[in-house]
Amino acid sequence: MGKLRFLFALWMAKLSIPALKITHHNGTDFPGSLALRLCPDFLRYIGRPDTVVAITGTNGKTTVSNLVGDILEKSGKKVLSNRAGSNIASGISTALLRGCTLTGRIRPEYDLAVLEVDERASIRIFPFVPPTYVAITNLFRDSIMRNAHPYFIADVLTRSIPKSAKLLLNADDLIIAGVAPDNERVYFGIDKMEGDTQECVNLIDDVRICPKCSGKLDYAFRRYHHIGRAVCRDCGFHSPDALYLAKNVDMEGGSMELWEDGVQHNYHLITDSVFNVYNMVTVISLLRQLGFSHEEILPLMAESAITASRHSEEQVGKVTLVRQMSKEKNALAGSRAFDYIAHRPGRKELLLMMNCLGDTHHWSENTCWIFDADFEFLADESIEQIVCAGARAADYRLRLLMAGVPEEKIVCESDEFKAAELLHYTPGDDVYILYGTDSLALAYKVYDHMKTIATERGKEVQA
Amino acid sequence: MKVEILFPEICNLCGDLMNIRYLHQSCPELEIVETDLKSRPRFLDEDIALVYLGSTTEKGLSLVVDALTPVKEELLHKLEAGQLMLITGNTLDAFSEYAVDDQGWRLEGLGILPTHAEYHMMNRHNSFYLGKFQDMDIVGFKSLFGHTYGFPAGEALFETVKGVGRNETTTEEGWRKNNLLATYLTGPLLVLNPPFTKYLLRLMGADCEKLAFEEAAMEAYRIRVAEFGEEGRDFHY
Repeated sequence: MGKLRFLFALWMAKLSIPALKITHHNGTDFPGSLALRLCPDFLRYIGRPDTVVAITGTNGKTTVSNLVGDILEKSGKKVLSNRAGSNIASGISTALLRGCTLTGRIRPEYDLAVLEVDERASIRIFPFVPPTYVAITNLFRDSIMRNAHPYFIADVLTRSIPKSAKLLLNADDLIIAGVAPDNERVYFGIDKMEGDTQECVNLIDDVRICPKCSGKLDYAFRRYHHIGRAVCRDCGFHSPDALYLAKNVDMEGGSMELWEDGVQHNYHLITDSVFNVYNMVTVISLLRQLGFSHEEILPLMAESAITASRHSEEQVGKVTLVRQMSKEKNALAGSRAFDYIAHRPGRKELLLMMNCLGDTHHWSENTCWIFDADFEFLADESIEQIVCAGARAADYRLRLLMAGVPEEKIVCESDEFKAAELLHYTPGDDVYILYGTDSLALAYKVYDHMKTIATERGKEVQA
Repeated sequence: MKVEILFPEICNLCGDLMNIRYLHQSCPELEIVETDLKSRPRFLDEDIALVYLGSTTEKGLSLVVDALTPVKEELLHKLEAGQLMLITGNTLDAFSEYAVDDQGWRLEGLGILPTHAEYHMMNRHNSFYLGKFQDMDIVGFKSLFGHTYGFPAGEALFETVKGVGRNETTTEEGWRKNNLLATYLTGPLLVLNPPFTKYLLRLMGADCEKLAFEEAAMEAYRIRVAEFGEEGRDFHY
């Protein structure tokens, strides 16, 4: 009965694919959602390649999955992925059913699957689609409402990951080190870098005590939040050693050394952010586990690109307009974005609209994340003006004041378009709009309005 | 005048430590002291105006219990004598008889309250809260794995107007006994509720007429009280 139900769900889902194409809705998770509705244990029966690589974690999983997929395809492999859909059960189902025959067997041309998996949703995926390798990028606080805290997510992963899976883990993240302790594992990491500190400069610091004995941890270096290398002063517990270790990361020169078993390999950086250096190291580690040599990875990595979906900038009139994503309800995303903006050269003006629009009309956004995020970075002298927009504008204002931002720099306006008009657009300034995924569509419209204003102001200055 | 934060290395979720930062910004003469898990709480031996405990993880609850169990009798004695203590978020569950989840986890609590907590790990409760404390409106949020049952009747901190109390069956929220003020609300509580913060400062005997950024805090508070009270706005997420 189970198999019959599965086949019926598979055929219905497959039939929906051309229908979606005709109506220009391809790229959605509808086929997988339909399959799961008709057969809740659809993932148990659907075929999959012999090798399944899963990438999960709070940040970077999309970048890593895309990079790994790109490089594998460039090397001639046929890769099944969920790149076009979501990273929850419906997205994974959609990807797998697209790669299967009408009997539910995986098409023989696929060499392997590379799946981006939402860390919380892993419990509905891994028990049925057991991965061969699981790479975990990092575990940070995310939405309090959905993910609670990173230790909860670590526990979800421990319960989800089958014992047979080999883990590739970030050695600089002690929350990850505790995931699925019985599984075979290798670690990757980045050695001390310029700018690292010993004390945490962030509000969120989720590994202050030893996971073994609750003693105080001393950090040899701290990169951001709990990312770094620590040792317990009471019991000697310490961060794990990395098999794949990036050293001498030179952001300006665009290079790093990747050390493995005492041998140095020189890589060109394809990024200027530490987050993406971690992503690069994760990708290299994964490819090494898949049997690629450094000599094979080097040229493939060099010609790869990281899609800058979260940051873009352009010169408009006399200012530079910058779109910067900062996921709503996510204090860490805010902290990283604020840190990045504060440390960029030049004067800045900011429009904050990381509001959760979905909550505006029927519920009310939980504000806890605002008080976990490092708004203190925005008290930097280089930031000339901050316009707070949307339903939570008054909350932003209070938080900015608590962070030490002078009152005269802060303006509040609930209407996002009017808020855009309140920015100064001082010639030479970088003018940012900060938005989340929820406010993405509105942010693009507001950004267009900013472009119009910046163009007009530019002409006025010219005249 | 001292404020003691207990176990800030683990009791720091939901922006809760901003409660104390806001108190300090409002009343800069306050001395903030932090006590870690391996140290003896200072309020047991010193004059501390306010003891604070913020939200934590489930393992954190267990560590709070471990840290306070050796001094439980002294803690009870202090509370009986009127020690002012504020607890926000889930950490009140460490004071329960026990807490359980649907994955088989069980925590033996301090047993100071005749209560027990029930957590559903993949079904998180999220809601906003509008309630009353004396004549003040109270606003906040709940983001919890579950609720707590078995509280003694009539020892609530807040009375619910819209939202969920200690659990789905009661309009009583939190717990107050003598000067122990405990609530499951986060937000953070003191930042979101300037009138209550002023009340707390008075209770501490602090000489602070005006809160930090009071006009901004009151504006955000008024907006939120009005928003939460709107008809058609559901408190459940």
